[in-house]
Amino acid sequence: MTPLDTDIAHLLAGSMVLVSFLLLYQDRMFALLNFFAIHACVLALSVGWQAYLQRAPHLFITALIALLFKAVIIPVALHRIVVRLGIHRAIETVVGTGPTMLIGIGLVALSIVVMLPVTTSEGAFAREDLAFALSVVLLGFMMMITRRNAVSQVIGFMSLENGLVLAATGARGMPLVVEISVGFSILIAFLVVGIFLFRIRERCDTVDLQALDMSRGESPGESA
Amino acid sequence: MSIPSPWLLSELAAGAIGVLLMLSALGSLIARRPLGSRLIYGACTLVCGALTATALAALLGPSPHPAMLQLPVGLPLDHTLIGFDRLSAAFVLIVNLATAIVSGYAIGYGVHAREPRRVVPFYPAFVAGMNLVLLAQDAFSFLIGWEFMSLASWALVVSDHTSAENRRAALVYLIMATGGALTLLFGFGLLAGSAGGYTFDEIRRAAPAGVGPLVLVLALVGTGSKAGLVPLHAWLPLAHPAAPSHVSALMSGVMTKVAVYGFVRIVFDLAGAPAWWWSLPVLLVAAVTTLLGVLYALMEHDLKRLLAYHTVENIGIIFIGLGLALAFEATGLKSAAALSLTAAIFHVFNHSLFKSLLFLGSGAVLHATGERDMEQLGGLIHRMPVTAVTFLAGCIAISALPPFNGFVSEWLTFQAILLSPQLPQWVPRLLVPAVGATLACSAALAATCFVKAFGISFLGRARSTNASTAHETDGFSQGAMLLLACACLAAGLLPGYVIDALAPVTQLLLGTRLAVQSAQPWLRIVPIDPARSAYDGALVAVMIVVAAATTALVVRRFASHALRRSAPWDCGFPDASTATQYTAGSFAQPIRRVFGSAVFRARERVTMPEPGDSSPARLEVDVHDTLWETLYVPVVRLVDAVTERVNRMQFLTIRSYLTLVFAALVLLLVIVGGWR
Repeated sequence: MTPLDTDIAHLLAGSMVLVSFLLLYQDRMFALLNFFAIHACVLALSVGWQAYLQRAPHLFITALIALLFKAVIIPVALHRIVVRLGIHRAIETVVGTGPTMLIGIGLVALSIVVMLPVTTSEGAFAREDLAFALSVVLLGFMMMITRRNAVSQVIGFMSLENGLVLAATGARGMPLVVEISVGFSILIAFLVVGIFLFRIRERCDTVDLQALDMSRGESPGESA
Repeated sequence: MSIPSPWLLSELAAGAIGVLLMLSALGSLIARRPLGSRLIYGACTLVCGALTATALAALLGPSPHPAMLQLPVGLPLDHTLIGFDRLSAAFVLIVNLATAIVSGYAIGYGVHAREPRRVVPFYPAFVAGMNLVLLAQDAFSFLIGWEFMSLASWALVVSDHTSAENRRAALVYLIMATGGALTLLFGFGLLAGSAGGYTFDEIRRAAPAGVGPLVLVLALVGTGSKAGLVPLHAWLPLAHPAAPSHVSALMSGVMTKVAVYGFVRIVFDLAGAPAWWWSLPVLLVAAVTTLLGVLYALMEHDLKRLLAYHTVENIGIIFIGLGLALAFEATGLKSAAALSLTAAIFHVFNHSLFKSLLFLGSGAVLHATGERDMEQLGGLIHRMPVTAVTFLAGCIAISALPPFNGFVSEWLTFQAILLSPQLPQWVPRLLVPAVGATLACSAALAATCFVKAFGISFLGRARSTNASTAHETDGFSQGAMLLLACACLAAGLLPGYVIDALAPVTQLLLGTRLAVQSAQPWLRIVPIDPARSAYDGALVAVMIVVAAATTALVVRRFASHALRRSAPWDCGFPDASTATQYTAGSFAQPIRRVFGSAVFRARERVTMPEPGDSSPARLEVDVHDTLWETLYVPVVRLVDAVTERVNRMQFLTIRSYLTLVFAALVLLLVIVGGWR
């Protein structure tokens, strides 16, 4: 493995962290969906590069799945859902953009601090990849809790899952079966969430989760 | 007849536990019919009788080495070992003798249960659990049996679930039982050490040094909560009366003995050589338990609760014996230690007999009258003669009056107390006589209490229609009570044989035994030295019989020739209402005045009407359960407050939950990052 190979892997994994940050401060629905598609594309590239490096053809299938489902089908479907729900307006983030970004930087620092000493037995290549993957997971998680809109929470969840896939391929671990089953579970989660979105909208005329809290008999102020 | 091999005995015992479990399953199918429940109880009688015989063979058999049987069931990493050593055998004998007779009582009594399907299936399971605890030779089986016993008896306590009082009793019991089991778990964990050998053999060989005192405390708390040591007795007067009476008899008379076994097993067998000061907490707690138990009993007018409080008192007496044995053993006074331990286990045996007898009697009264409150009873000796006579026998035995068995074991305990000047340390030398004085005081108070219990319930005139229309109980119940009364008398008349039978236990635990008592002439027992003290139960009995017969003859010859029936003395009042009789409350009043203001914060208020006012005068008495209010109520309040706060976690939004998860994750990562 030449230094160039490693550098390209790091570039791709690092780009995923970068796109995660972009996702974090997007406050428009369509832009969010587009960046999610980019996130998935970068993931597919990264996995594909790993497949080439590790001479592991099954990883190409993983990359293909990522490209097909996460970069094309899911964003397109969500796009249509957003249109049909009529929510192209701005997304209110709960915490302001500035603090969110700062916390995100903190999370990346944390994952590097945690991962690098823990994985000293691995090669430098896998170590930094894992640190990037953990950052992506944490950023996705944070997106889930800072967003109020159900669709953007779904996006947060899926970017989190992208981080998991990145970690799995980098560590040369996950067998194809697991890979595919994770992919399918994501797809099913997407379907279920899509159906629920419409059901919620029918009941409450909104997909703002705060409205759901209110329908449980709570005041909106409590959810901060 | 050849002596059966130890292997056979262990296999028989394991088989008996299996049969009991099968009976439990069968019971859930056929309990609805009276014949079905009779069948189950009858089978329990047979199985427990067989276990009694097996245990007797194991106790007196020639082989001192226990035969371990490894069962094919149990936890994956550990073997389930069961088998008899001499200590197990003694307690299996005690437990199953009483259980067999109580089950015989239940053949008749058990069919009166309102919902037999809530009682019958759990009864054999409860017995099986107790036997498993006694036979277990490793910590896991011990704890599993212990929990099994607790849960089965909990189900029996809550069998009459319609009353809120019973549900509360069951809840308190469950909490105490869980806490007790938890402390025992820690105790065994300490004993097993980091190497983790959980069989008793491994613990004996390789218990880590220095854990002894902690194990002692854990054992005292864990087994004490089951046995009813003050202040862990709170559940006992609630739960014992709540169960059906034959179950109360088992819980009070038998299950508490299993707890005593647990203490003896852990402290005398497993925890290693004791230090002299180990005896101090045991003696202190035991003395307090003895005195408070009997005082609570005196304040109580509910027959079954009164009996439950007396169990607390008797457990105190047993633990006094155990504490003395610890003190003597630690200072090398082996024969004194053997005397104390023999006294304690003898009292275990006695208490299992007479407390079962008394609970069965109270069950007969409860069934005949529907009353547990003594103030509603009275005059039952005319309508329930067999119950009355057997109950009286139980009262004499528990009051430690010769020639019954209670006297012998308490006398032995006193003999051990009188040996305390031989102790080299001055703290126990001062403490033990004080404990002895407490014991003497409690014994006197216990006698008072049972004069009250018998006198108010069975003598005088009926205080309610229920009591005046009572009828004698059925034949099975009468037979069981007569059998227990005879056993109490026999153990009192022939104590030497019981002491000899317990000798293998002291031989096992202390390495020494009392002198052979059956070799003494005239059925005499001589615990230490004939010049010092001796007791001859049979002789005392003969003297009592002769004196009583002579007195009766003289009275009949010189005073009145015939039984006369006449109107009772009416205290000068023409209205001969039954309410003018002596009541339980009035009987206990002097004691309440002496001890009540300190122990129970008892206050009396007398409201006299003004002259000319025709309203009645009133006497109001406030009695507080100080221990409950100072120890338990604050804990309950704290738990309430905490749950009230935590309850808010139930109503967070989804995003708040996610935030919590995220925060936990980040926190853990920070810890992992900062660790290195």
